[in-house]
Order: sequence, then structure tokens, then C-alpha cells
Amino acid sequence: MKAYIDTGKKDTRSGFGAGLDVLGATNPDVVALCADLTGSLKMDKFKANHPERFFQVGIAEANMMGIAAGLTIGGKIPFTGTFANFSTGRVYDQIRQSIAYSHKNVKICASHAGLTLGEDGATHQILEDIGLMKMLPGMTVINPCDFNQTKAATIAIADHHGPVYLRFGRPSVANFTPEDQNFEIGKALMLAQGTDVTLVATGHLVWEAIQAGLLLEKEGISAEVINIHTIKPLDQEAILKSIAKTGCIVTAEEHNYLGGLGESVSRVLAQNSPVPQEFVATQDTFGESGTPAQLMEKYGLNADAIARAARKVMGRK
Amino acid sequence: MPSIKELEDLVVQVRRDILRQVHKVNSGHPGGSLGCAEFFVALFQEVMSRKEGFDMNGADEDLFFLSNGHISPVFYSVLARSGYFPVEELNTFRLLNSRLQGHPTTHEGLPGIRVASGSLGQGISVAIGAALAKKLNNDQHLVYTLCGDGELQEGQNWEAIMYAASNKVDNLIVSIDFNGQQIDGSLDQVLSMGNLRAKFEAFGWLVIDVPQGNDLESIMSGLQTAKDHTRKGQPICVLLHTIMGHGVDFMMHTHAWHGKAPNDDQLATALEQNPETLGDY
Repeated sequence: MKAYIDTGKKDTRSGFGAGLDVLGATNPDVVALCADLTGSLKMDKFKANHPERFFQVGIAEANMMGIAAGLTIGGKIPFTGTFANFSTGRVYDQIRQSIAYSHKNVKICASHAGLTLGEDGATHQILEDIGLMKMLPGMTVINPCDFNQTKAATIAIADHHGPVYLRFGRPSVANFTPEDQNFEIGKALMLAQGTDVTLVATGHLVWEAIQAGLLLEKEGISAEVINIHTIKPLDQEAILKSIAKTGCIVTAEEHNYLGGLGESVSRVLAQNSPVPQEFVATQDTFGESGTPAQLMEKYGLNADAIARAARKVMGRK
Repeated sequence: MPSIKELEDLVVQVRRDILRQVHKVNSGHPGGSLGCAEFFVALFQEVMSRKEGFDMNGADEDLFFLSNGHISPVFYSVLARSGYFPVEELNTFRLLNSRLQGHPTTHEGLPGIRVASGSLGQGISVAIGAALAKKLNNDQHLVYTLCGDGELQEGQNWEAIMYAASNKVDNLIVSIDFNGQQIDGSLDQVLSMGNLRAKFEAFGWLVIDVPQGNDLESIMSGLQTAKDHTRKGQPICVLLHTIMGHGVDFMMHTHAWHGKAPNDDQLATALEQNPETLGDY
């Protein structure tokens, strides 16, 4: 299997911050809003370089979403920044009416998604946000896998007209995708060709899926590994093409199995070509305090868990 | 510039439009709509600086956002009679495939609407965003919004009110339809708002009272005072003391007509009290 090199662990939120800083210099219409989490979202550089285009709204996320919607009227491209929990569930109705239904060009940028927020615990570890956001008509949902890809995605969504949910995280994780990549919304990335089982992963689970592929290779199992960074619109063709070869699939995400990438894939399979599927995801539960690694182990969201799911799903073919 | 008589005639015609829209589909919100007819006529005919036609960005013109979207009948009537779309389209209010949805929306591309509203409490935030964009664009025009008084029970408003004062959003005029009524009864019965003027002032706003919120000249005078105080470091609140159901005697001073359409006899009586002026659609 093709090997991927970790060029040094970095947090995806810093990828967002780096991308936003690039946009600040290249696109005068880009503005940023933050609800008292500038440092956590890595928005400091944009704030320092473009203070007139940075809006500190305080701990008032509902107002932030409304102001962002209003800023689009006048041609601005607002990027909102807060934790994933406060970017979605807390302000769902504001997003639904003022942004999604009103088709406003707002980029909802959400850090600290999923369990890997770590020690803060379940109040802050949202595992339902992909489901919430993908159900909104017209909303694009993106969950990039590493620093480089998050930076590229941040830059790319400024050129997409329409609301976008960009999900990323807190911990330092392997940085392995190309620095100069061209990010194409809705286009799955083939990471490794294989014939026995398809592993599709999103966000932090992409690196784990690659490691699972290597584990399986040692057992003589040929895994095809696909990075689904865009959950909506989903790259159906890439999934169907792969399962036509492998005949079974594992989906992996740092999210509840209800409402996440896995269910989106299930719909594609059910409507087109049903094959066995296993879900590496949280099992309809809240998270808890712990280190990111401990939590990913306990909730079954790592390379070992993906490899186990792969063996199981192959047995169901 | 229209005379006061012409504006008064328009108000009467707008009342007829409101009543006929909600009667036809036996749904909609006549009470609050009637109470704001004079405000809408004054705003669109006299107060706002508007360009011909409609584009979403609204550069180089004043903007208006309706936060309490349920009073769509008055909004639609005044938009149509201000040239945004044909008045005949008022016939399609709340019908299937209409651009005149129950609550205003950009979704169907109706000219004059810049954001969906209906779920309450979101309009001031959106208006602040539009006002900030105007500042960034060096656009000297103003942003107006209208909220219901009961709507101010939604917490998001107070986030927005705090933000606008703290950040000196002084190209923004927020009017409050202060009729003292909401669906379940009077504001005081449901959830008292206390002293609204004091609340806004405590948050750092300049507050202008319009005690006769159904009198065109009082409204225009109050809004002119508001305009005169823009760009002085403070957002501005105009408390419009209106009468719900104004212009139809049996609909006045009660919350009963908040979201109820008149029947055939009630419509006839209400229209008799408001004889046709500019022509029904």
C-alpha cells in the first residue's frame, strides 16, 4: 500500500487560521467574526493583519450568525469562528432561517469538533454536528483531515457561493497531505488502491484509516482507502466505483453513527448497490473527559477499530 | 414627493390590501399588519432613500429588514405599491407556488426581501451585519429594521442590542412596534417588558418615542429626528406606540386579531371603514 509520511503533527484549527490569513491578504471581501475564542480558533493573525475586517462579537453566537448573514448583504464573505458545538446546535435556528433558507454566503467554521476536544468533556464534544448541518438544504459540509487540507479547504470555500460548514479540531495530528494541494469541494480523494475492502474516512479518521490499511496489508488484505473530506455533496461515484471492486465498505468518522458520513454512504449504497457496511463511529452516546488518544481508543475510533471493522465486513460479503 | 393626503390615501389602500390578502386565504396576521401600515408607508414613501429596482446587495441605498415576519401582509402591500412587484401578485399571498410566502423569504426571489424572517428575534442581528457592511464599503446610507415588542422577549435581540451599542453601529435605526400585545394576551400578562426605553438606554442606545405611532406626520417627524442622530456613535431605537388593528374598529386594542382572518361579513365591515382610494388589486 502506498505509504504516507507525517511531516510533523499539527492541529487542523491552525490550518484554518493559516488559510484565513491567506484569504485576508488575497480577498478583500473576506471578513471574520469570532465569539470570544480568537486564540482557540487561531484567528489571531487575521485579526492582527486586518482589524477592520475582524468582528469580535463576544459570547453571543446567535447574534454572530445573524450579523454574518447581514454582512453578505453588501458583498462580504463572512467566516464565523467558534467551537463546533456553539457553531451548530446552539444556533441551529439562526443558521436555518437567516443563513441556509436565506441562501447567505456565510462560512461557518467550527473547531474542537468531536471527542478529540479531550478533557473539557461532553458539554463541548459535539458528535451530532455533521448530521445537523447536512440536513439543511443547500448547506455544504466539509471535514478535512489534516493541517494542509484544512488550510486548502478554508481558501477554497471562499470561492464557493453559498453556505458552508467547515469542521475541524483541536489536537495535533499527522500532517500528510500535500502542502500545495488543490482542494475541490465534493471530490473524494483516493489514497490507496485496493481490492478486498473499501475504507472511507473523514476528518481525523483519515490518517487512522491509512494506518488500518497498513495493518491489514500485513495480513494479506488489500484495502482501498478514500478520503471523503466533503460529506455534502457526497462523491457517490467514487464510493460506487470502489465497492464495485471490493464488495464491502467501512465508514470512519469522529461523529455519531446516526446522521454522519456512514449514514450518507448507506443511502448511496441502498439506492444503487447494496453491499455490507460497518460503521466506525460513536454509538449514539455522549463523550466524556480524557485525553484525545484515550477517548479515541475507548470509543473505538482508531486504526485498530477500523481494521477490526474491515475484517468483520469482509466476513459478511 | 407625495402630499400627506396622498400618503393617507395609500395607508387606507394598504389596509384594504392587508384585509383582502388574509381574508382570501383565511390565514395570516392582520392585527400587527394594520398597526404598522402608517410606518411602512412613511418609511418606503418618504423616509428611505431607495434606488429604482432591486438588487440583493443594496449598495448606495437605505435598507430595511422586517424582523417580525408575520406582518408580511403590510410588507407585501407596501413593497408592491412602491414598485417592487406588480400589485396583482398580492392575489397569490400564501398560495402554493407563490413568491408571497406566509412569512417573507428570499427563497422565491421576491424583490424587496433581503432575508427570511418569521422565527423571531433575528432581524436586529442581520441589520447590524448589513450596517457593518455599509461602513466597510464607505456607503453612507442607513439600515432600518422593525421588530415586534413581544419579539424582544427573544434573547438574541439583547445580544444584538448589546453589540450595536458597544461597537457604535450608528448607521442603524431599529423601530419597535410597541402595541403592547402578543398572541396570548397583553405583554404585561404574558411576560412584562418593563420599561423598554430604560432598557435600551441602559444598553447605550438613543431612544426616540413616537407617541402617535399611527399618525403619519408623527412617524415621519420621529424618523427624521432619528436620521438626524445617526453617525454620532450610538445606535437608535424608535419606540412606535402603535395600536394593533388600527383602522378597523373591531380589530383595535386587542390581541384577538393577531393571527386570525376576518370572515366575509367582517371583511365587508372592515372595508366599509376603509373606502377604496388608489384601486384594489
